[in-house]
Amino acid sequence: MDEVLRRLANNLLESCKDLLPIVLVVAFFQIIVLKQAIPELGVILLGTLSILLGLTFFVSGLRLGLFPIGENLAHSFVNKGSLFWLLLFAFALGFGSSIAEPALMAVSQEAAIVASIGGIIENNELAINKYSLELRLTVALAVGLSVMLGVVRILKGWPLQWLIIPGYVLVMVITFVSPDWIVGVAYDSGGVTTSTVTVPLVTALGVGLASSIRGRNPLTDGFGMIAICALSPIIAVLIFGIVL
Amino acid sequence: MIILESFISMFWDIAPIIGMILIFQLFIIKEKIPNLTQTLVGIFMVWVGLALFIVGLEKALFPIGKMMATQLTSPDFLGKTQLNWNDYYWVYLFAASMGFSATIAEPSLLAVSIKANEVSGNSIRVWPLRITIALGVAIGIALGSYRIVVGLPLHYFIIAGYGIVIVQTFFAPKQIIALAYDSGGVTTSSVTVPLVAALGLGLASTIEGRNPLIDGFGLIAFASLFPIMGVLAYAQIKHLINK
Repeated sequence: MDEVLRRLANNLLESCKDLLPIVLVVAFFQIIVLKQAIPELGVILLGTLSILLGLTFFVSGLRLGLFPIGENLAHSFVNKGSLFWLLLFAFALGFGSSIAEPALMAVSQEAAIVASIGGIIENNELAINKYSLELRLTVALAVGLSVMLGVVRILKGWPLQWLIIPGYVLVMVITFVSPDWIVGVAYDSGGVTTSTVTVPLVTALGVGLASSIRGRNPLTDGFGMIAICALSPIIAVLIFGIVL
Repeated sequence: MIILESFISMFWDIAPIIGMILIFQLFIIKEKIPNLTQTLVGIFMVWVGLALFIVGLEKALFPIGKMMATQLTSPDFLGKTQLNWNDYYWVYLFAASMGFSATIAEPSLLAVSIKANEVSGNSIRVWPLRITIALGVAIGIALGSYRIVVGLPLHYFIIAGYGIVIVQTFFAPKQIIALAYDSGGVTTSSVTVPLVAALGLGLASTIEGRNPLIDGFGLIAFASLFPIMGVLAYAQIKHLINK
């Protein structure tokens, strides 16, 4: 129990550090520049408190419950020596962590609302929820495949730019045949998925894998996983826009 | 009440990752879960935390982002009715200061900077690197806001950016490339993403002639692209100086 409380306190401090600069910047602009009172200040303060507590619990829970098992599993699968299970695990890790990513939930919900107002989908709650879920599944699928690809890259020792540069070129080409309303959401989806849950879990797999293979340097080969995870959702969401 | 609703709906969002970890642990690796109580407490905390966080997003972060976008671009505040792109300087300044301050405080960025320092054999220093990345995000979000104000297509900027990154990749020291590419994803935290997204959507719905559907998104793409350029440039300059 002491352990839990100590972690909570540490993570509360970290969440404060995360939130404080934003609060300061907003306060500065409101008070000094705009010279306006914030409307519904009470609700916003409660909401901010809810973010602070939510982030603290969320991150503490991840570190206490999920990350240790996730890392342990990553090591077990690396040492198990079965490529099939390693790749399946890699896919499931990427997929599952993207679905649990709060930033992705928030942005896909907004994207769905904007799409319904813009007449891309029907303007009712059912259509909005469906679109938002499909968007998240598309991104999660892409991240799952990326983690698999990232594992293969580390096993084979390919330089990262061999994957990233063709990826960029692919994004450019697909952009020209995509509907213009999907481009913004697609380009944003890369940054959105690589956040609180995905980054630590996926990095743990990459670094664990690179350190267990002879001739691979965990620092240079272990990184690069996130870059692939940030690139492939762009391609996937562009295709999602074309198909829709 | 809202928190309870959020709590119930979050079940399906965390179920895949937890289910998959349990299945792999129990049936494939066939090991018991070490520290079962701690794991269960952790899972419960993830669940509660996520529910609170999502409520807070809807009640605070999204409204703040949209409100700031509306207030900073209102003709009343700017004291003019005919507005050119350069009249919106407060928006660019707000975007840049938010990008800089949120990034410099980002815990995962510190971790990446320390790794970069190790990889480069101490030639890349932690603080200058953090400032470089934070400046990259600041410039990125400000430029992204400018794009929304003038209504240029997003892919002009991003494709040009990719072009620059590709050229930089050929000249940058090899051991820094993976880390530089990763830095783009690392800077966009769960707090920054919704706020920046709301800022973009707010701008696109307030400024005349802009459509949130076409112009509203894309700020996060800027925030992920510029740190890559920044880290590659910093490593390249360091490399040249040390020669």
